[in-house]
Amino acid sequence: MCLGIPGEVLEIRADQPDLAMVDVSGVRRAINIGLLADEVVMPGDWVLIHVGFALSKIDEDEAKAALDFLAGMGQAYEDELIALSESKID
Amino acid sequence: MTTGRRSWVDDALAEHDEVAREERRRGPTTEKEREQAVLDRIDRARRRRPKVREERITLAHGSGGKATHTLVEAIFLDAFRNPMLEPMEDAAALAINGGRIALTTDSYVVSPLFFPGGNIGDLAVNGTVNDLAVSGATPLYLSAGFILEEGLPVERLTEIVTSMASAAENAGVRIVTGDTKVVQQGKADGCYINTAGVGLLDPGRELGVAQAKPGDAVLVSGPIGDHGVTIMLARGELDIEADLMSDTAPVHTMVARLLAEVPGVRAMRDATRGGVATILNEVAKAANVSVVVDEDAVPVRPVVRGASELLGIDPLYVACEGRVVVVVDGTQADAALRALRADPLGAEATVIGRIGADPPGIVLLKTTFGGTRIVDMLVGDPLPRIC
Amino acid sequence: MRFVDEFRDADKARALAAKIAALCEPGRHYKFMEVCGGHTHTIYKHGLEDYLPETITLVHGPGCPVCVIPMGRVDDAMHLADSPDVIMTSFGDMMRVPGSQGSFFDAKAAGVDIRMVYSPLDSLKIARQNPDKRVVFMAIGFETTAPSTAMTVLRAAAEGVTNFSIFCNHVTIVPAIKAILDSPDLRLDGFLGPGHVSTVIGCRPYEFIAQQYGKPVVVAGFEPLDILQSIYMLMVQLHEGRAEVENQYTRVVPWAGNVTALRAISEVMELRPYFEWRGLGFISHSALRVRDKYEAFDAEKHFAVPGVRVADPKACQCGEVLKGVLKPWECKVFGTACTPETPIGTCMVSPEGACAAYYHFGRFTRQRVREASATS
Repeated sequence: MCLGIPGEVLEIRADQPDLAMVDVSGVRRAINIGLLADEVVMPGDWVLIHVGFALSKIDEDEAKAALDFLAGMGQAYEDELIALSESKID
Repeated sequence: MTTGRRSWVDDALAEHDEVAREERRRGPTTEKEREQAVLDRIDRARRRRPKVREERITLAHGSGGKATHTLVEAIFLDAFRNPMLEPMEDAAALAINGGRIALTTDSYVVSPLFFPGGNIGDLAVNGTVNDLAVSGATPLYLSAGFILEEGLPVERLTEIVTSMASAAENAGVRIVTGDTKVVQQGKADGCYINTAGVGLLDPGRELGVAQAKPGDAVLVSGPIGDHGVTIMLARGELDIEADLMSDTAPVHTMVARLLAEVPGVRAMRDATRGGVATILNEVAKAANVSVVVDEDAVPVRPVVRGASELLGIDPLYVACEGRVVVVVDGTQADAALRALRADPLGAEATVIGRIGADPPGIVLLKTTFGGTRIVDMLVGDPLPRIC
Repeated sequence: MRFVDEFRDADKARALAAKIAALCEPGRHYKFMEVCGGHTHTIYKHGLEDYLPETITLVHGPGCPVCVIPMGRVDDAMHLADSPDVIMTSFGDMMRVPGSQGSFFDAKAAGVDIRMVYSPLDSLKIARQNPDKRVVFMAIGFETTAPSTAMTVLRAAAEGVTNFSIFCNHVTIVPAIKAILDSPDLRLDGFLGPGHVSTVIGCRPYEFIAQQYGKPVVVAGFEPLDILQSIYMLMVQLHEGRAEVENQYTRVVPWAGNVTALRAISEVMELRPYFEWRGLGFISHSALRVRDKYEAFDAEKHFAVPGVRVADPKACQCGEVLKGVLKPWECKVFGTACTPETPIGTCMVSPEGACAAYYHFGRFTRQRVREASATS
């Protein structure tokens, strides 16, 4: 029920601006973007899809920031492992 | 329905109370021990003789999962029981006058009748040929019984039958007998087809999932879930488009080569309703072994994955129609892969897991993430009328 | 899959887990509640508890909108479905929820016209295609889903569709969280805030948790790394002696929520004075109903539903599991009488229910799993 997955906007229907053709890993479906009326939605944007509606635009900068943070964790972890293996107490 | 339920609910409660009394007698236990005790109790419950609790048949009984298995074991097997039926493989092995033949039967109720990649006729021929092939038999003869709905356009029927003739020729089998019935409009959804298939078994070769041993490898001949998702999309109810076709195909040539080149093949199964997960559970249960699958290794087309994510279903449970699951001696896994990949239908064959000893009867999935979870038999029916 | 796979990286998970463990005070036990059923599902599906030290426990909350529907409402829905000329439409998760006379699935087997839909818009489409039938949509879900139902009603109104109505069982998350906080049975150190509900209501509604109850809240995404990062953020807050609302799921959740969605909800729906939640009892102002302005689309105005309160079956302990007081395996009938194929209660039926999640994914003690993985 909380099922919300990311999809890429392919096109906005000219005759029905409320509907966008969205791609999820090669599967295409018409999604209602009426809940994003206050924002500009363009082909190439990514949206969060839930029961046939787009609830939110996925902020790619934030996604990148989140991933960078996580990658940073990874690096810190790697560094620590290296430090651990290289340290000698005797 | 409610009355029936209360009685076995009361039984379960009584059992729980009894176990709880016993535990109190034994003295204080840690949380871990209590949890383990509950899990053991569940294990015992799972191994109990299956009983059908529902009063009516539901769609779940046709999904190929838990309900189907319970229905078959509790009602059909119970009534018809004999040594040839009991192995419950894809085909029965019969000894006749010194020779051995394989006999299989299938019914096709797929809706819609026509879908990307084929139609009900293709499914009927290929599906039956495949059941024979994975049982180690050379497919020879098929029967085809038709139940037609009043009002079905003859042109549609002709298309279906032409496909069947073509599929039969392609698979090297002949349709030698048949039957035709017509039912009133509103029943049979256009057309239902029932088939039986007969093939010749190699006298020296006995395959069966009960032969799986720890150390064996589990292979799949190609990407899973294509057929089920194609059908679901073809129904047009979900307003989803994708470039996807059913994988219906006869696998007998691929299988014959595999058997010829790899002596250590224990068993093969045709992955249809219930998907790969169901077969793995059947292996685990029949041989009392564990099956450990590597999630990363399971081949799934991006489109199938996307559709599955969208709908919240697991590709492991989605039907295929031209894929084979192979259990083979671990030391011969590479040879098996080579044999499968030599055939165009097996070009993307991969090893997806191993057979282990513990925990017996359970299928485990090592997730991409490094965790492990249990892959149980399918419950309910996410995609009705797939085959 | 983009925006999914990157958040499922095992190495990063281990790094996060190490950082989380480093923040654990010796001798202290931490209990965090994940409110959302989707989080419960992810935690079990990816075996996230294996990544956490033994001193951190995750308690599963009542954030599964299917799980909290009381049996009486299911019976009402079944009654609606059985009414003449009705096509009942519902999400898949609802199909197997047992009322006192069985589930939608059982009714379907007995010939009642009940159809599974992916979206309320699909239900409206069925209404358009079947003008001689009355189509009812079983509307369930938290604030995540309510806007979609509301938009569908608005569309039906705009198109002049007269044979479509909804049976509204939308519930709101904040009162449930408050009920948990006020419950004497639980002592929690922090909350993983619901991710998708927050895309609609934003993060501000959770401020009372931090300000009045002094517990940190981190609004979390649904991929494994999201959850681990959120737990890390909770631990940092505790370590620093803070209690604030933070947003981990920034790529999707705007702090102020989605105003259009909130407007749609408030246009079509209003809060019920009270509503019964399975396990939590009656909670005031915790559920939505259709406003009089749109009563043409309110199934409860067109059909007489029994409206009878039905107690859970004697054996069912869903209530305690929903509150996080009982673990799934501690329920008397877990796994024996109550299994996914023969569910007694909602926690086992819904794919997000704690019992279903534990049964399918966690049912195996961690130790044995490690042993099994090591030998195979």
